[in-house]
Amino acid sequence: MPESPDAPVVGDPSATPHGIDGSTPTRPRPESLRELFLTFNWLALQGFGGVIAVTQRALCEQKRWLTREEFVDALAIGQVLPGPNVVNVALMIGDRFFGWRGAFTAMAGMLVVPLVLVLALTALYDHYSTVPAIAGALRGMGAVSAGLIVGTALKLATALRGNPMGVGACAALLGLTFGAIALLRWPLPWVLLALGSMACTFAWRRLAAAGA
Amino acid sequence: MIPGFLPALFGHFLVFSLLSIGGAITVAPDMHRVLVGEMAVLTDAQFNASIAIAQAAPGPNILFVALMGYQAAGLLGAAATLGGILLPATTLALAVSRWGHARQDWLAVRAFKSGMAPIVIGLLVATGWILTAQTPGWTHVLLTIVTAVLAWRTRLHVLVMIAVGGVLGALGFV
Repeated sequence: MPESPDAPVVGDPSATPHGIDGSTPTRPRPESLRELFLTFNWLALQGFGGVIAVTQRALCEQKRWLTREEFVDALAIGQVLPGPNVVNVALMIGDRFFGWRGAFTAMAGMLVVPLVLVLALTALYDHYSTVPAIAGALRGMGAVSAGLIVGTALKLATALRGNPMGVGACAALLGLTFGAIALLRWPLPWVLLALGSMACTFAWRRLAAAGA
Repeated sequence: MIPGFLPALFGHFLVFSLLSIGGAITVAPDMHRVLVGEMAVLTDAQFNASIAIAQAAPGPNILFVALMGYQAAGLLGAAATLGGILLPATTLALAVSRWGHARQDWLAVRAFKSGMAPIVIGLLVATGWILTAQTPGWTHVLLTIVTAVLAWRTRLHVLVMIAVGGVLGALGFV
């Protein structure tokens, strides 16, 4: 994958090959629980049709609290565990900086204001969901949010360059996952189990062979 | 409301939480079975509207769970469903994240992270594809592709792209 022109210097994969926290001493971090709350609140309010894309952008590129590798790591844990992925990611990131108080603050930041908004919109929805212009606007916004998610994936793919499995194997796994989920519509838990165990075993062997 | 209804609702969502690998939307069929079927506290239209509103509104899509509880039993219902879906999953996520972080030099932990990275990214592409492919036609697929490239290569603000998509849709172009 070509490097994105706006790749942050802090997120350079060569600087932190395994995304180990604290390997960059000058790494920005949230200064207070208040900043954590407001950041997650503001990014959630920009997340129409899903929050993954804006979360990656805000945390890796604007705030630079974590590298792309660390974001992918958090997402991997969020993905194999039950529960809303993006809430799990918020929780882990908040916990990383401020312990359980940070976890709770990040989660609350992501949920509270959007929850109030969504409850208020329920009343409007009944009246306006059948208006053609509104239905069309929602469709257009949906197409854009789908594109934002794909764009996020393209950016995160740069994090695969340092992967011990090699770029070819990574591309194959990425393609197989896409095919199984998007085209064949196989159930996610089975795909994760089958491809995930294969990939992790392969990565294990590569890492062990490298003597790491 | 029947006595014991809220605890029962909370209990159901505690179980849904532990089943929701890949996000709460994956257990939507089970929620439908319980809320519209067994308990009969929501209509089909209310159930579908909950998902549609949460997807259209800003914020995580998980909020559809709160909307279901709200339509079934008001604010307490929303607290029961959202609290139920969050509590087990978040506790588990926090525990696993701490366990893994304390052992980030372990071969097994590094193998997991490296192995899962391309799969997670493949899942994101699949999510984008599924979201856009569920609407018939091709203009919105084009809009999705253009957005993906802009999001990838430029710093154009997310809200600008969302607004342009909304306007194009309202004018009937997608």
